Amino acid sequence: MVRATADNAARGRIGGYDPPSVGLAVIRIGPVLMLVVVVTVISFLSPVFLTTRNVGNVLGQTAAIAVLALAQLMVILTRGIDLSVGSTLALSAVVGAMVFESVQSGPIVILAMLATGTAVGAVNGALYVYGRLPHPFIVTLATLSAARGLALWLSGGQPHRGMPDIVQALGGGLLGWLPYSTFLVAGLALLTLLLTTRLVWGRWIYAVGGNPEGARRAAIPVKGVLISVYVLSGLAAGVAGVITAGRLNAGSPTFGELAELDAIAAVVIGGASFLGGRGNVANALVGALMIGVIRNGMNLLNVDAFLQPIVIGVVILIAVELDVIRGRLEERFRVIQAVRS
Amino acid sequence: MNGTDQRPLLELRGLYKSFGAVQVLHDVDFSINPGQVTALVGDNGAGKSTLVKCISGIYSHDSGEFRFEGRPITIHGPRDAADLGIEIVYQDLALCDNLDIVQNMFLGRERRRNAVLDDPTMEQMAAETLASLAVRTVKSVRQQVASLSGGQRQTVAIAKAVLWNSKVVILDEPTAALGVAQTAQVLELVRRLADNGLAVVLISHNMNDVFAVSDRIAALYLGRMVAQVKATDVTHGQIVELITAGRSGDLGLPPQAEAAVAMDANGVDQ
Repeated sequence: MVRATADNAARGRIGGYDPPSVGLAVIRIGPVLMLVVVVTVISFLSPVFLTTRNVGNVLGQTAAIAVLALAQLMVILTRGIDLSVGSTLALSAVVGAMVFESVQSGPIVILAMLATGTAVGAVNGALYVYGRLPHPFIVTLATLSAARGLALWLSGGQPHRGMPDIVQALGGGLLGWLPYSTFLVAGLALLTLLLTTRLVWGRWIYAVGGNPEGARRAAIPVKGVLISVYVLSGLAAGVAGVITAGRLNAGSPTFGELAELDAIAAVVIGGASFLGGRGNVANALVGALMIGVIRNGMNLLNVDAFLQPIVIGVVILIAVELDVIRGRLEERFRVIQAVRS
Repeated sequence: MNGTDQRPLLELRGLYKSFGAVQVLHDVDFSINPGQVTALVGDNGAGKSTLVKCISGIYSHDSGEFRFEGRPITIHGPRDAADLGIEIVYQDLALCDNLDIVQNMFLGRERRRNAVLDDPTMEQMAAETLASLAVRTVKSVRQQVASLSGGQRQTVAIAKAVLWNSKVVILDEPTAALGVAQTAQVLELVRRLADNGLAVVLISHNMNDVFAVSDRIAALYLGRMVAQVKATDVTHGQIVELITAGRSGDLGLPPQAEAAVAMDANGVDQ
């Protein structure tokens, strides 16, 4: 097949000058590019923004969202969604604070918080898979309500003050100017990266999102994969509970309100597809950072607090629109290639 | 009735399968030989897909005997079939658009080294398999499947089935959605599989495709195997008659049986 080789050569020669391919290369790093632009703009407008103290502050404030976003990414990769993580965060924080009132042990408190989150995640996964509910939106909407209610009921609607030293350190401690929580996020991000790109289970997560029926026929344990991502999401909510409770030295039933939407927004800004199978760890982190940076930047610039959600909303729209344009360009690129070959 | 004297690789005898009151397969004999393409033809509802699903272990059968390389076997699930070296390429492909060619070819059977995905080895094996099939239509094995044409996708699906040292490859309407040039490519590939020694089953509605690549033709009619013949011994017209009436001259059901079968199946089958 001499023809194919000739085609390849032709493609290589023309490729460098293809307007769509250049545009595609730029737009593919869209989320990172947007973050760079936002950081640059804010750093020009505010001299405080890029000081080590403020950067540490941004990272500390973003840690909980970042942890939630890492897990939400895996859920969304399987075509799912987990709306319950904010409520689960609050429940695990309340449980942690109440355990601490009777047991003065940091590890036990942390264990209780992680176990609480994992339990909610397991309930989500099991109800979705074995209860054959039509969409995870419904299951996790129910647990969003139930977990928040449980947190309110257990705590009597009151914040419970006091957290073990180790929890406080994880939430608010600093190493130099970097919060401990940043290292925690980095570690979890590395683990998630390893899982999603280097392990068989991660490959299966992408496969289940890309073609559930195909995955089933390839003898992939689709149910197990689905349950696992909700369990991990619950566990992540527990970790985010530790960070939040440690930062504020309390467990309150009002923690994490709308945190699930921040996590989803972070993943979406990072270019993940709601149709499943597309998205990556680095971009989800960039999405989380984007939200943190914009909030922090607007505070520094004294932007009216009521305007901030509008800006976040606009950023989400821009990010998704860029992603739509990317999809169109890739399609056009494909057609051009098909025509050539 | 067999087209050759060769010992069949896979042989089914007296296979029955019903769904509730509906008898879908009725005393079906079916044999396939290594190095040959056996076309499995029949009208919609004749039981082609059911037969294939019984072979692949997706359905359990009611009664009947399976022999593989002369040994009696039982197939309880898709894993059993895969362990024997029976691979099915489904009509709707079952490829993941969001994964690349290598990832798709190893889907569900990924190679590991120290618990981590062994991508270099998988990439090499995928490339070697495609090369062994003389596939040159795909640019890179790292291409996303979403970016492939219909023919290329079908090629990947077939190559995936071959990767596992499989002995039997069953293709369910591999050319149904393809254009003329792509159909020719895929048929060429199907022929090459048989020439490499595999037993190939080709399910098709297209008589041109069937006669282009098949060594033997097996015709199902309302759940009954009415003929298994050498492709060179029959004409287009005869096969069409077998498909539509279950009978063609000396081939197929005897005249009375044909009427009975048709009445039996009326309003029940399909």
